[in-house]
Amino acid sequence: MVFTGFLWFSIISVMLAIYVILDGFDIGAGALHLFLGRTDAERRKIIKSIGPVWDGNEVWLLATGGVLYFVFPQLYASSFSGFYLPLMMVLWLLMLRAIGLEFRTHINDGIWAAFFDAIFSIGSLLLAIFYGAALGNIVRGLPLGPDHYFFLPLWTNWTVGAHPGVLDWYTVLSGVVVLVALLVHGANYLVCKTDGDLHERARTTSLVLTPVLLVLTLVSLAATLAIHPGIVANYNTLKIGYIVPLLVFVSLIGIFIFQRARKEVLAFVCGGLYLALMLVGAVYALYPVILPAVDPQYNLTIANSITGSYALQVGLRWWIFGIIIALGYFVFLYRMFRGKVTVEDGGGYGD
Amino acid sequence: MDSAVLIHRLHFAFTATFHYLFPQLTMGLAPLVVALKTIGLWKNDERYNTAARFWAKIFGISFVFGVVTGIPMEFQFGTNWSHFSRFAGGVIGQTLAMEGTFAFFLESAFLGLFLYGEKRLSKLAHWGTGVAVFFGSWLSGYFIVATDAWMQHPVAYSVLPDGSVTLTSFWGLLLNPWAIWQYAHNMAGATVTGAFVMASIGAYYILSGRQKEQGAIALRVAVIGGLLATLLVIGPTGDGQGRNLVAYQPAALAAMEAHFDTSTADLVILGQPNTDTKTIDNPLVIPKALSFLSNRDWNSQVPGLSSFPETEWPTNISLLYYAYHIMVGLGTIFILISVLSGIQLWRNKLFESRWLLWIIMLSAPLPYIANTAGWMTAELGRQPYLVYGLMRTVSGFSKSVSAANATFTLLGFLGMYTLLAILFLFVLQREITHGPVEDAAHAAEVK
Repeated sequence: MVFTGFLWFSIISVMLAIYVILDGFDIGAGALHLFLGRTDAERRKIIKSIGPVWDGNEVWLLATGGVLYFVFPQLYASSFSGFYLPLMMVLWLLMLRAIGLEFRTHINDGIWAAFFDAIFSIGSLLLAIFYGAALGNIVRGLPLGPDHYFFLPLWTNWTVGAHPGVLDWYTVLSGVVVLVALLVHGANYLVCKTDGDLHERARTTSLVLTPVLLVLTLVSLAATLAIHPGIVANYNTLKIGYIVPLLVFVSLIGIFIFQRARKEVLAFVCGGLYLALMLVGAVYALYPVILPAVDPQYNLTIANSITGSYALQVGLRWWIFGIIIALGYFVFLYRMFRGKVTVEDGGGYGD
Repeated sequence: MDSAVLIHRLHFAFTATFHYLFPQLTMGLAPLVVALKTIGLWKNDERYNTAARFWAKIFGISFVFGVVTGIPMEFQFGTNWSHFSRFAGGVIGQTLAMEGTFAFFLESAFLGLFLYGEKRLSKLAHWGTGVAVFFGSWLSGYFIVATDAWMQHPVAYSVLPDGSVTLTSFWGLLLNPWAIWQYAHNMAGATVTGAFVMASIGAYYILSGRQKEQGAIALRVAVIGGLLATLLVIGPTGDGQGRNLVAYQPAALAAMEAHFDTSTADLVILGQPNTDTKTIDNPLVIPKALSFLSNRDWNSQVPGLSSFPETEWPTNISLLYYAYHIMVGLGTIFILISVLSGIQLWRNKLFESRWLLWIIMLSAPLPYIANTAGWMTAELGRQPYLVYGLMRTVSGFSKSVSAANATFTLLGFLGMYTLLAILFLFVLQREITHGPVEDAAHAAEVK
């Protein structure tokens, strides 16, 4: 059962990492949309570069949520009800973003295009901050009670104490880190998918923001150690883990070097690695806790949240089967829409 | 009733009802679009490809709204119904996770290719992406119905030491006898929506004298599809669903029919249930018909509500009764319209029968009402339980989320969905005004 628990913990972490890497670039591109797309043609290019893939990317969130639900029902119940208010806002942002993105191409005229551009871009930007704040909340710890439930107000006194809110200085910092990380990731994607002025502007954005991200990552690491010194316990037990934060910085430097050398695909890959490694660093510190409480005796752990063994066995069988097919679809989809986008054809976002 | 549980119920009911307006159209249009595409490929007839392209666009619009209003459904199990999720996640999480893994990936990957990849794919491959989207949308429906079916008739579970349930049989969960009839009935109902909307827009084109050829293509395919679907809604699927109620939820059946005392049972066509006197006001009934439908015996005894303790009665009998009767009444009207249209189509007179085209054009909203009423029947009939016989609704909501917080987000959803409804109608209206042929001319122009 210890191995099964570890296996599902890893499966969910990997699915979450895939979600962050994939939806991360379309959220990042969305947040940059208003600033990088200066003409109608450029904005259509940005939308067209993510149009055929964003929905599939977002399905990773639903699929991860579904697997989390049946493997760790207690975690799903506790975290979703505890994060009630921010999750509802995430839902509204996801809606606005999707509507803006999809109907920008349907109604491509003046004032409507401006309206859809705005809700798409602002929705994406706020979403990035919310995701970062959520991650910050989990690392900081939650006011779980003996019944395993909690409820977070949006904010209390902005400090990391016994009565935290969703937003405090630490989680806002996490929100900013994730926003900048996704901006870099989105810019790297746009460098790959576009040409001309837009391509150059995206490249400059990535080159300017990557050093900022490096500083922010260091600051957030220091802040995490300050509020939560015990978080390195797993690293000290199994020292090989220290390679993860090291690789985080290597990947950041990789983005900068490759972007300068105009090796755009490698820069994008480094951006994806950075996001994945940040997540690996967090889950490495948490394991086997899956939802840390302010008072550690109320932690949700793999052992006290996992469902029965039959469900896990049968789930593993269909999951392996299903995920192989799903990866096949993604390879096919991304191959079909590979290459730089053009907007000469005016119509939808295919060709 | 404790107000928090009421708000959480309204929260889910409102968001689920609004959400299902979109998937019923996409699931209903999917087989019709594939039919158009198949005829186009088979006969090498470009007019059918043009039609398929237009209806795929309508499908795509509805799909986007279905996706964005669908994500809150999965979330709400955790946010608003956390005690239920804690209890039942080990079972229903399976079907929800499978929906994401098997259906959503399929749909999302192939819809992009179907809508925007026509020029990059061969004709046959493009047809294949359409079939994949159809298959994905219907598969997604199965996993959701199987989830609901488990709440209606829990099977294949055992109780863990901490009181929550876990799965004991994968196929038992997927082949729940409740799920099979409910799915068939629901998909037939969705196809009625797809067919009626398609026929309605087709009738509009003919009546308004523009895009007549495309109007006729839409009508021909939709009338045939609609006739099949309206008949399948009643039998065998509606009947099968009814017999599940006889077997597993007799109290819900008694309340739906407002059948108060155990006796040979009449089928109530019209009338208002009076829960004080336990009779029907202004009744119009078919004598003994409910006895026959329940047990295939005109003189059999059907258990009335009075034979169940009041704690087992559905909590809102009159709403349940009306929801059920609206669904059945509309289903009957659909058969009348479909049979009439089918006869006129067969006689080659449909496109000149302006009176009938008017009826067809104005009927588009009715299947939405019928499908909504059908789901209300299922879910109100399940009360007072969240999981029938296992967990009461009052035990399942998130106790850590106060009524005030739930009201806040309910109001937020009301506002957000008002905006979405306006946008949907606006975008849809634009596409209908453009029409299939102008659309094709536009596409040719930009090639």
